[in-house]
Amino acid sequence: MTGNIAFLGYGLAAIGPGIGVGLIFAAYINGVARQPESRGMLQTIAFTGFALTEALAILGLVFAFIFR
Amino acid sequence: MSPTVLSSLSTHLLSGALPAADGGGGTSFVSPGVSDFFWPLIGGDSNWAFTRPSAVLLISVGILGWFFIAATRKLTVVPGKRQFLVEQVYGFVRNTIAKDVIGTKDFQRFLPLLFTLFTMVLVNNLFGIIPLVQFPTMSRIAFPIVLTLVVYVVYHVVGLKAKGGVIPYIKSMVPPGLPGWVIPLMFVLELATYFVIRPVTLALRLFGNMFAGHLLLLVFIVGGEYLLLHGGNIGLGAAGIASGLFSIVMTFFELLVEFLQAFVFTILAALYLADAVSEEH
Repeated sequence: MTGNIAFLGYGLAAIGPGIGVGLIFAAYINGVARQPESRGMLQTIAFTGFALTEALAILGLVFAFIFR
Repeated sequence: MSPTVLSSLSTHLLSGALPAADGGGGTSFVSPGVSDFFWPLIGGDSNWAFTRPSAVLLISVGILGWFFIAATRKLTVVPGKRQFLVEQVYGFVRNTIAKDVIGTKDFQRFLPLLFTLFTMVLVNNLFGIIPLVQFPTMSRIAFPIVLTLVVYVVYHVVGLKAKGGVIPYIKSMVPPGLPGWVIPLMFVLELATYFVIRPVTLALRLFGNMFAGHLLLLVFIVGGEYLLLHGGNIGLGAAGIASGLFSIVMTFFELLVEFLQAFVFTILAALYLADAVSEEH
């Protein structure tokens, strides 16, 4: 079996951002369920947080291709 | 050298020739990789080659230009189908992205930029799954870098103008009301955020999502085709069919990601602009 161990590393690196994105959307759903009229404001904040957390996973993906 | 599945597939797609027969099961599978994203059409391997993403970008510019001019030439009070679509997209960018993030005072100035960014990224992303085109332009790093460069220059220039000079602009990066010993630390962090981290992540996020998504589809489709035709036994053939079916599911997932990334790119651009024009902080 041949391959590149960097991608195994990427798989491990994606765990953190995965949990983070889950927490962000859990909080967003909670917020909207409690106060449906705040949806517009929360949406922006949730997606900003999502984008910032996701950046970590994307960095991992790019580094997996660079460091090989 | 025996032709690999992928190269035979690509020559088949490019020249219209039949893939070379390779004897069934004799060839080794070559997994799709970075090299599958370089498709020179004219100009061979040189740096100035006219590539497939460039062609897709030109097509998208043509489509967007034609569509928006045609749809807004005769504006009516009761909108037609086209005008309705344009109004929906414009309303989304105006209200959800620009107004909510930048605020009612300044958002009008940046609306053209944000609307162009959103439609541009969205159409180019959607080309990733539209049959016959099927290449997300943003999966080549150069295209997100150029878009990010536009945003980068605009938010720095706007920030310099709003704060009135280089020194107040740099000063405004550090949030007020911090204890004295934290300020140097925060200053370094904020400087890195403004000048390095923001542009790099903005470009890499769009690139990474499009690249990974396209690669995922390639793996399922090319791998499924290989298992089905060269797998050698019935179990692997069934796995190939399942992989092909799953690629359809992933295509719909890609549709979601493409919308989301266009939205996220524009909302982050708006957020950086809002940071630049805001009085406090």
